[in-house]
Amino acid sequence: MPDTDTRKALLEVDDVTIRFGGVSALESVSFDIKEGEILGLIGPNGAGKTTCFNVMTGVYQATSGQIRFDGRPLAKMKRFQITKLGIARTFQNIRLFKSMTALENVLVGVDANSKVGLFNALLRTPLHRRTEAESIEAAYALLDFVGVGGRANELAENLSYGDQRRLEIARAMGTRPKLLCLDEPAAGFNPAEKQRLMDLIRKVRDDGYTVLLIEHDMRLVMGVTDRVVVLEFGRKIAEGPPAEIRDDPAVIAAYLGVDDEDAS
Amino acid sequence: MSTTAPGSTRSSRRSGRPLQIQLPSFLRSRLSRVVMIALGVLLAYALPLIQPPFITTPASDFGGVMASAASFALVALGLNIVIGYAGLLDLGYVGFYAVGAYTTGVLTSQHGHWPFFLVLPCAMIVTTVSGLMLGAPAIRVRGDYLAIVTLGFGEIISLVAKNTPWLGSAAGIKNIPPPPSIGPDPIGTDQDGLFQIPHLAWNGLVPSVDNLHKTPFLTFGVLDAIPYYWLILTFILVVLVADMMVNNSRVGRAWEATREDEDAAELMGVPTFRYKLLAFMLGAAIGGLAGSLLAAGQGGFISPDAFPLLLSMLFVAAVIIGGAGNRWGAILGGVLVAYLPERFRTLSDYRLLIFGLSLMVIVTFRPQGILPPRRTRRALRAQAEVEELEGEVIDA
Repeated sequence: MPDTDTRKALLEVDDVTIRFGGVSALESVSFDIKEGEILGLIGPNGAGKTTCFNVMTGVYQATSGQIRFDGRPLAKMKRFQITKLGIARTFQNIRLFKSMTALENVLVGVDANSKVGLFNALLRTPLHRRTEAESIEAAYALLDFVGVGGRANELAENLSYGDQRRLEIARAMGTRPKLLCLDEPAAGFNPAEKQRLMDLIRKVRDDGYTVLLIEHDMRLVMGVTDRVVVLEFGRKIAEGPPAEIRDDPAVIAAYLGVDDEDAS
Repeated sequence: MSTTAPGSTRSSRRSGRPLQIQLPSFLRSRLSRVVMIALGVLLAYALPLIQPPFITTPASDFGGVMASAASFALVALGLNIVIGYAGLLDLGYVGFYAVGAYTTGVLTSQHGHWPFFLVLPCAMIVTTVSGLMLGAPAIRVRGDYLAIVTLGFGEIISLVAKNTPWLGSAAGIKNIPPPPSIGPDPIGTDQDGLFQIPHLAWNGLVPSVDNLHKTPFLTFGVLDAIPYYWLILTFILVVLVADMMVNNSRVGRAWEATREDEDAAELMGVPTFRYKLLAFMLGAAIGGLAGSLLAAGQGGFISPDAFPLLLSMLFVAAVIIGGAGNRWGAILGGVLVAYLPERFRTLSDYRLLIFGLSLMVIVTFRPQGILPPRRTRRALRAQAEVEELEGEVIDA
């Protein structure tokens, strides 16, 4: 497939290999994420999708190969620095700050770009007041955006499962990322909730974010992504628009099962 | 409680926060709060003069007990930043207490005669630096391991003090001058100080002015502990305000997020190591402040025996019992740990048994502490806010 897309690559995964002891979780994986697209990352369980996420966000270091974001290599960068650079993520198993309210959860994300520190807080400078007010306003706006605005002051652990997933998205968006990585955001959702999530993901993209989506649910992936990368046993086996991926025999064999009627 | 329909309340949600529209009631409640706080502070200052029945300690000097309770409360406030806010179990906090005390002893008696109010910030700087030196390597390990490392630190400090002649070895440091007095100085007879404040005496529940016992205003002598109590209380108030400012900002949020889920916090852009180190250093600074006040306290004498490991455990107990993460809880815990053994001193040997039992009872029946950390209160507040909004919707 000729690459007709002239948009700039925001994130380049270049020949990345990760080994844990003798097991290789990723083997020479390369792909790009282009600015403004929704890229789906799919594959059967254990294919290395979350590992791929973890190496992008600095949780793991690549054994070999390189990841560049906006042209800058991410190796040796601390995790919080990568976040400040513009990659934010959600977690497959929800990891909110449970004892904090929904609003405060988002504020922690918003704080990533805050300029005030200990001394401004201690002296309650005008800068501190202004920053705090702006942060709270931004956090409320994000909560409204994902649809949890009415529960801003409830503890995160008291939110419903779906609201917790949406709150994670708001928290990640709070860091003002260029690239938003969603790790199975639809896990445990019913079809109606999945539909709402698809709408939300499109809305996120339309707001100017680039989205990387790990997902099991084929309908959701096919419905919302612009391109799909398929992993199996740590290798990339296919890459292309959803329609092509759907018909790719290797993908069907590896992931969708041989009987492709189950897939759609 | 019932869950709300978020859609219907969304537009009115922001009015739940104090805005200008609600100015009259907001002002009124703020005024009444200021008055309440002022009364509370006044009561706290006057407590050792009032000597309230039942609360006063029959077998020991109530002023002295209050001074030591205040000292514990100050320490607990500092340790609460480390344990309660940042979630770092520090079992060697007595080390910072000792560093602050010894810095003061060395600079005002052993090897110099610096004025107290110059030494105090110096002691805090020295302890902050020692917090940095201990914290930078120690905070890299988590949980149990951090507890062990800090435990070692507390023990090392008192061993170093015991074996260093420059620090007075086992004999300690004597003749540490008290803070400067206001008015005619020496030793607390009735003629001292700018003026004297009489105590209250109680006959049953009937108070009367006790003109035989007067406390000279801000004369730091050896007989009356109450001026020392006032000094420590003043520092508690300063630390309390600073604590509120810091914890109610992004710093406090970063600490809480780190305590909840360190990895998630880091991935949300929180430099967790820096924030944990900051908590450690702030905690150390307050420990040093308390230690400095101890050294310059009544008697002016410190020795390695004044900083046993047991003291660290009592500090941790104070924070946990009061409610880790709640500054008021920490103060209450600190006061209880210092006060209870003195209150029951008349029971002689049984007093420590009663003290231990009451700690066990508290921890068993209120594992989150006497004053629960603010998450519970915040949830209640949010709930009240939601109910208020529901009311508004019904009204509309």
